[in-house]
Amino acid sequence: MTVALESVLEIHPQVAVRPETFGALAYHYGNRRLIFLKHPDVVTVVQALNDHPDVQSTLSACGVTQDRWPSFVAALSSLETSEVVRERQIAS
Amino acid sequence: MSAKSLVEEMKRGLDAPICLTWELTYACNLQCVHCLSSSGQRDERELSTEEAKKILDDLRDLQVFYINIGGGEPMVRRDFFELLEYSVANGIGVKFSTNGAFIDEEKARRLAAMDYLDIQISLDGVDAATNDAVRGEGSYDMAIRAMENLKAANFGQFKISVVVTRHNVSQLDQFKALADHYGAQLRVTRLRPAGRGADTWHELHPTNAQQREIYNWLLKHGENVLTGDSFFHLNALGESLPGLNMCGAGRVVCLIDPIGDVYACPFVIHDEFKAGNVRDEGGFAKVWKQSDLFLSLREPQSAGACASCGAFDACQGGCMAAKFFTGLPLDGPDPECVGGDADEALSIIARGSEPKPSMDHSKPVTLTRKKLSVSASH
Repeated sequence: MTVALESVLEIHPQVAVRPETFGALAYHYGNRRLIFLKHPDVVTVVQALNDHPDVQSTLSACGVTQDRWPSFVAALSSLETSEVVRERQIAS
Repeated sequence: MSAKSLVEEMKRGLDAPICLTWELTYACNLQCVHCLSSSGQRDERELSTEEAKKILDDLRDLQVFYINIGGGEPMVRRDFFELLEYSVANGIGVKFSTNGAFIDEEKARRLAAMDYLDIQISLDGVDAATNDAVRGEGSYDMAIRAMENLKAANFGQFKISVVVTRHNVSQLDQFKALADHYGAQLRVTRLRPAGRGADTWHELHPTNAQQREIYNWLLKHGENVLTGDSFFHLNALGESLPGLNMCGAGRVVCLIDPIGDVYACPFVIHDEFKAGNVRDEGGFAKVWKQSDLFLSLREPQSAGACASCGAFDACQGGCMAAKFFTGLPLDGPDPECVGGDADEALSIIARGSEPKPSMDHSKPVTLTRKKLSVSASH
C-alpha cells in the first residue's frame, strides 16, 4: 500500500517500540527485525497513530507543521514497508 | 539521521541492551575445544530459578526485546522450559543455542508449540570428522538428530550456527545447502580466542587468505545469512558487509553468566571486563546504567596504533576480545587484521603469556581422555 495523508494506520501489534535518545528502537516479534526510528517526532507520531482517525489528523495533533508532512508521510511509508505500522484492522 | 551518526549514537550506549546473552549454566555434555565460556561443570553458585525469574522481570521492565540463551548447554537445566515460558510470557523473545543433545521427538514438539522462540543448533563441520574434531565425538550425529526432530515437529525455520575455522571455511557452500535442506537459516560467526578458544585459536583461526574467502562469500550471501555482525574486521577489505559496523560490548549488548556476573560481551569472560553482578543491590539495571566499566566503554575510544591507517573507519580496529586474549593492546589492530598490521606484534608475544580466562569450568581431563586426544592428533 502507499501511505498518504488519508491513510488509516496503526502500530503493528507484533511490534514493540522502545524510546531512546536518538528516537526509538522498534522490534518486530514476527519477522525478528530491529528497526531504528531516527527522530523523536517520528516516534511521537507513530505512537499516536492509534488515537486518531488518519495520518493527517495524527500529524496535526502531534503539532507537526504542514511543511513537514511530506517527509513524515515518507517516513511512515518506509515504516509500513518494514511492517512497523500497517493499515488499521477494524476489529469485527 | 545518517547510518554513521546512528552508529555514533549507539557507541554512546543505549538505555538498555538491544539484546543480551545469558549463559544459563556452565554445565555441558560436550567439551568443545573453542568453548567461549570454558564450560563443562556446573558452578554451585549458579542462579536459582527464582533469581533467574527476577532477572527476566528486570529485563521486561527495561524493554529488552529478546535474549540469547546459551551455556554450557542450557537444556541441562531442569527449569529450562520454565524459564523459557516465563520469558516469552513477559514479552521477551528467546533465541537459544544448543548442541541438540536433548532435543528428542517430544521436546521438539514442545518447542515447536512455542511462539517467539528461535533455536540455534551448533555445528562446526558438514561431516562428522570436521565437526567432531572441534565439538567432540558423536556431536555431529547429535546435532543432525536434533534437526531431524525439529523438522519432523514442524518447528519452522531454526538456525544452524557455525563458528568459522580454518577447517570449515571451504564448507560454507555445503553449510548453506544443509540449511536449505532443513528449511533452516544459516548463521556463521567469527572464532574468538576466548575461554578454551584461547588455547586453540592459533591452530583454528582462518588464515589471511581464508579471511578474504569468508569476506567474498559473505558479500555474495550476506543478506540471507546471519553473522551477529561478527565479521566487521573484514570490512577493511572494501565494501562493508551487511550489519552494524561496530563493537557493541557494554554499549548495545552484554553477557550475564551463570552465576550472575555481568560482562561486556560473551567473548570477554575475564575480571577486566566484569561490570558487576545481578545479585548486587540495584540488580542488572544498575550494572547496565552505572557500572564504571560500561560507562568507560561508552566514551570515545582511542584508535591508537590504527589512527594512521586508512581502513580504520571501515574496520574500527576490530574485536576487543580478540585483541585482549591474544595479548595485543586494545587500541591497536585486531589479531586478524586483514592488512597484516598485527602480525609482527603477535609474533613476539610469547605463547602462554596472554591473559587467561578468570574462570575455568572444564571437566577434569582423565588420563584415558588425554591419551585419546594425543593419539588422535597423530
